[in-house]
Amino acid sequence: MNQPGGALRRTPLNECHRAAGAKMVSFAGFEMPVQYTGVIEEHHAVRRAAGLFDVSHMGEFEAEGPGAGAFLQGLVTNDVARLEPGRVLYAVMCREDGGIVDDLTVYRLAGERYMAVVNAANIGKDFEWMSARKPAGVALRDASEETGLLALQGPRAEAILARLIPGGGDLGAIPYYGAQERQVAGRRALVSRTGYTGEDGFEIYCAAEDAPRLWGEILAAGAGEGLRPCGLGARDTLRTEMKYALYGNDIDETTNPLEAGLGWVVKFKAGGFVGREALLRVKEEGVARKLVGFEMVDRGIPRHGAPLLAGGRPAGVVTSGTMSPTLGKAIGIGYVPVSHAAEGSEIAVDIRGAARAARVVKTPFYRRSQA
Amino acid sequence: MEFPKGLKYSREHEWVKVEGNIALIGITDYAQSELGDVVYVELPEVGTDVEANSTFGVVESVKAVSDLYSPVTGSVTEVNAQLEEEPELVNSDPYEDGWMIKVEMSDASELSDLLDADEYKAFVEEESKS
Repeated sequence: MNQPGGALRRTPLNECHRAAGAKMVSFAGFEMPVQYTGVIEEHHAVRRAAGLFDVSHMGEFEAEGPGAGAFLQGLVTNDVARLEPGRVLYAVMCREDGGIVDDLTVYRLAGERYMAVVNAANIGKDFEWMSARKPAGVALRDASEETGLLALQGPRAEAILARLIPGGGDLGAIPYYGAQERQVAGRRALVSRTGYTGEDGFEIYCAAEDAPRLWGEILAAGAGEGLRPCGLGARDTLRTEMKYALYGNDIDETTNPLEAGLGWVVKFKAGGFVGREALLRVKEEGVARKLVGFEMVDRGIPRHGAPLLAGGRPAGVVTSGTMSPTLGKAIGIGYVPVSHAAEGSEIAVDIRGAARAARVVKTPFYRRSQA
Repeated sequence: MEFPKGLKYSREHEWVKVEGNIALIGITDYAQSELGDVVYVELPEVGTDVEANSTFGVVESVKAVSDLYSPVTGSVTEVNAQLEEEPELVNSDPYEDGWMIKVEMSDASELSDLLDADEYKAFVEEESKS
């Protein structure tokens, strides 16, 4: 998958995307499909039927050996010690000052075997960060290049996946944020009931060389039900409607999880982790700003980097924004002073020099029954 | 990909249909195809002065904001208000219902700087290769 001379990397599914006529773009150093037939059509397919995403660009690290759990516990803010085998958690990894190194999911595969799944853009940074803090008995391996990852999301996802597993696969036995092995289309896979869309669905880990087969088989199995291949464009509109953070946009090393609305994955009682002292101080003093969701009242679409105005003065910034296909209105995510963080607060977005009215709303913007 | 004869084209992928002294302006089939789903269009008010090669508004897809460049200098006489409710017309009918503005030209000689359908088609083919 590595290309010489600094060219874009490719996932194992690159040929599949090109053959399907996908529009390819550069993302996190990879050549990825941004859309096949259209962002809006793909977005609606996920909410109404199902969509299939290639997310093989993401990173997978295996941590194994005595103390592997404690090692991860000391690096992420959530409580790894409570993970039973076959369970997953979402967490952030912080610096000493509380700034976010990455957001990630942690899987307990068995006993002292764990997998951390990280953002593609941060694979190198995260592996270095974790390696530098690893005790001698723990083996940490970057398995990203050998691992393919497909996300099948939507109300029909389970029915479609069941067709590819002998006996239907008893997918009902995989709980939300659970992961179990299954034979999918004759290949070994780890099937995780997780996702980034707000719909029911699965993230399917397989050997890189098996990814093209799974891609084709899943698309064929779902063809009669409205299953569509979906690109990064729809992935972004779907997650924005859920106010799921995108690293690099909504969270980064200058933001801490408490101001970013991720306090729910920070477990102060679960022992020490990098950044715990700094975050405790933030908790005691209170955050100065909050990551909120808002909708436009005036015309215009909020975009990353646009200033947010409170009381007519620049007071924050838009971190993500789009025209929501499901809601049919322009929505955004951004940091505002706590004085303007409550639902109903009136703020404004500076779009091309003009202040356009907006209003803070409850999030997620979308709830499953609405599509 | 459509390149209707009888229209003039700019290198910024706008088309012009000349009706007397009025330029009817929109973006081309190639432009809408490159943009993807159009979700928002911002156009000037009637009476606004526009200048050749300067921006007169924006067209936005889900992911990106694109400036609209006027191919001619003049004054805006009419604006397609339907695009406020139905921006997707730019995708489905870029040369008809997806029209954007009408400009009363102050210098019709500027039209000779524009491309005809064959020249624009060749221009697009060159751009697609890069």
